Amino acid sequence: MSRARWLGRELGPPLVGIVGAIVLWAILAATTSIPSPATVWTAFLDGMRDGTLPDAAAKTLIRLAFSFVVAVVIGTALGLALALNEFARRAVRPLVVALQITPFVAWVPLAVIWFGTTERAVVFVTIVGSFPAMTLATLQAVRQVPPVYERTGRTLGARGWPLYRKVILPAALPGVMAGLQQAWGFAWKALMAGELIVAAAHAGLGHLLDPREGVAIPTVFAALAVILVIGVAVDYLLFGQLDRRIRRRRGLVVGA
Amino acid sequence: MAETVATLEHPPAGPARPKLAVRDLVVTRRTASGEVITATDRLSFEVAAGEFVCLLGPSGSGKTLLLNVLAGLEVPTSGEALVDGRPITGPAPDRAVLFQEPSLFPWLSVRGNVEVALEFVGVPAPERRDRAQRWLANVHLERWADAQPHELSAGMRQRAALARALAADPDVLLGDEPFGALDAQARELLQQELQRVWAESDSRKTFLFVTHNVREAALLADRVLVMSAAPGRLLEEFRIHAPRPRSLDDVLVGRVVSEIHDLLMREVDASVAREMAR
Repeated sequence: MSRARWLGRELGPPLVGIVGAIVLWAILAATTSIPSPATVWTAFLDGMRDGTLPDAAAKTLIRLAFSFVVAVVIGTALGLALALNEFARRAVRPLVVALQITPFVAWVPLAVIWFGTTERAVVFVTIVGSFPAMTLATLQAVRQVPPVYERTGRTLGARGWPLYRKVILPAALPGVMAGLQQAWGFAWKALMAGELIVAAAHAGLGHLLDPREGVAIPTVFAALAVILVIGVAVDYLLFGQLDRRIRRRRGLVVGA
Repeated sequence: MAETVATLEHPPAGPARPKLAVRDLVVTRRTASGEVITATDRLSFEVAAGEFVCLLGPSGSGKTLLLNVLAGLEVPTSGEALVDGRPITGPAPDRAVLFQEPSLFPWLSVRGNVEVALEFVGVPAPERRDRAQRWLANVHLERWADAQPHELSAGMRQRAALARALAADPDVLLGDEPFGALDAQARELLQQELQRVWAESDSRKTFLFVTHNVREAALLADRVLVMSAAPGRLLEEFRIHAPRPRSLDDVLVGRVVSEIHDLLMREVDASVAREMAR
């Protein structure tokens, strides 16, 4: 396949989606008080020029990267532990589900009481908001491994940790990848809730979402757009490609 | 308890201890609706070392469960399952299993699948590659060593699974209808391959295969054990002395096939009649 056709097939559908969304947005803006795409674009350029947007994005991304890595490590480890031990699973899984359905915002006041309006409060909210998704996805992924792989491994002489490391974990990997993508989305949401409320003194993209802090509405939209673009780009370019590679290797992608 | 359907003459006691033995084995299983079903009912038989035995029976005669007990994957309700005279307590690499469903690990290459089996039994890393490659050559897959399992045909995948099962040099190979999902040509090819591998293994291995294909059993086995419909008991055994490699054109093989076939048809009719009378 030629490179141009490959690009067209890869990027065509998402481009149609994005252009469609911008057209819809322009129509909405013409009939309501929502700022138009052009106004937001100007606000974006201004924000880039005076440094507010890059500064906020950098702060946010550092917090996000740290919190996400911690959440993934904790979440995966806990998910595996729960998958291995039935007692622990039955004891702890309901608690993880409870954490999962707790709204992120509910953590923010508590975090402020415990940590003050500090960096730690925001990071705490982000970790608590995203690790349960990772735990539940890992647990589910391990439990959905087709029994024939475990049986095969056991009859070949594997047991204990080698059985998990060489058979169960690789078999569960596609499901764990799905958890990674979910946790990424949750980490963003939780971090934005945290920054929006806590980090008045620690500017980040979330802070730029708050018009009550004197942020102009077009800038709010520009910050929102930056959040979405970064979030989608990482999901698509990093997790999405990784996921596709894993699936293709296993013959799980039809026609690829 | 059902009346005895047929008596089994015990095989003549061999000079050596049998490789595999089940005595008065009862295996029950619970259906999804919670009903307890007796899958095998006081089943007893032995398999000598180096023997190729096929277990044949109508579906639902507990063949797969029985095989899983011998593999150490299921625990019998009562009775004994022995390997080398010792009770089976769990799976072990001395008893390899060929499953019916595709069991190659899809995240590993074909060679990786064989290598990981060697790793599980403690073969040092530098030796694994060569040994895996030799086994793949033995089933004519050396050119596919670097392929992923999904790139292979179903028959080739089962050949790779055979190489993986035998690579760690087990004493016993248990087959749970391993060719059941293959098309006729692939099945025939694998039957030939299997006969050759069995005959060529230096210390001849013990093969116990479950099948419901009468011709397959007659082609492969030294001895065919025919099981009744559920609850599974032994109906009869057939010793097949035809020389190998066998063909279905062989008069002796053909006669055994039709005898077993008639016996099975009578058993299926009788079990239907028993069901109706309940």
